[in-house]
Amino acid sequence: MNVFDVASRAMSAQMVRLNTTASNLANARTDYATKDEAFRAMRPVFRTVMEENMATVDVERVVQTDLEPQRRHDPSNPIADEDGYVWEAAVDETAEMIDMLETARNYQNNVQVLQTAKSLILETVRNQ
Amino acid sequence: MPSLDQVFALNGGALKLRSQRLNMLASNIANASTPGYKAKDLDFDRAMQQAQNGSSVNKAMNDHTGFRVPLQPSLDGNTVELSVEQTLFAENAIQYRTTLSFLQGQVSSIKRALKGE
Repeated sequence: MNVFDVASRAMSAQMVRLNTTASNLANARTDYATKDEAFRAMRPVFRTVMEENMATVDVERVVQTDLEPQRRHDPSNPIADEDGYVWEAAVDETAEMIDMLETARNYQNNVQVLQTAKSLILETVRNQ
Repeated sequence: MPSLDQVFALNGGALKLRSQRLNMLASNIANASTPGYKAKDLDFDRAMQQAQNGSSVNKAMNDHTGFRVPLQPSLDGNTVELSVEQTLFAENAIQYRTTLSFLQGQVSSIKRALKGE
């Protein structure tokens, strides 16, 4: 494993995280007839992969958050039950937006690492 | 007359340690959002001293690698602080370049001597 593997696997992991955030935001504010079918936000689980003196990160699995879908009174909704309630997707939009910013920042940092490592290696192997 | 290995031992060893430290800092940055990850770093000064006293560069590196003490511990057990890691990464890259230019200077001196200019 070299520095390029470390940075690129970390970037892939952050990309998975960004994809789950995008899915969560896309499904925010959608309504469902029952609690069971309501969308629940997804989150990746990051796991460190150690090798000698280097450590990169992989997505171990993607889990659903334990945030509960909320019931909303909306009698005009065609999927509302006989009491006029629908279930909202369990997505915390603010948390998702913050997560998105952090993901983007981490991704950028890894790009920076990659660029620095590349230029140092090129300087080292350049024939003078 | 010293052998070429002896001539390049100091800067060569320093360059190797610098590149290992680059790997460690890159690992820390890669794990910036992994819960429970403990950031590692190399004590360059001490490792360099040990390498100069005749120990191998790899051993010197392993002996002086430690865990970073965070300025402010986070709830998820991760000890990576991006500002710290980014600063050290940039600093280490500059020091790598400096060592590299010393090494290139040595090589060009030897080449000039060989050509008899």
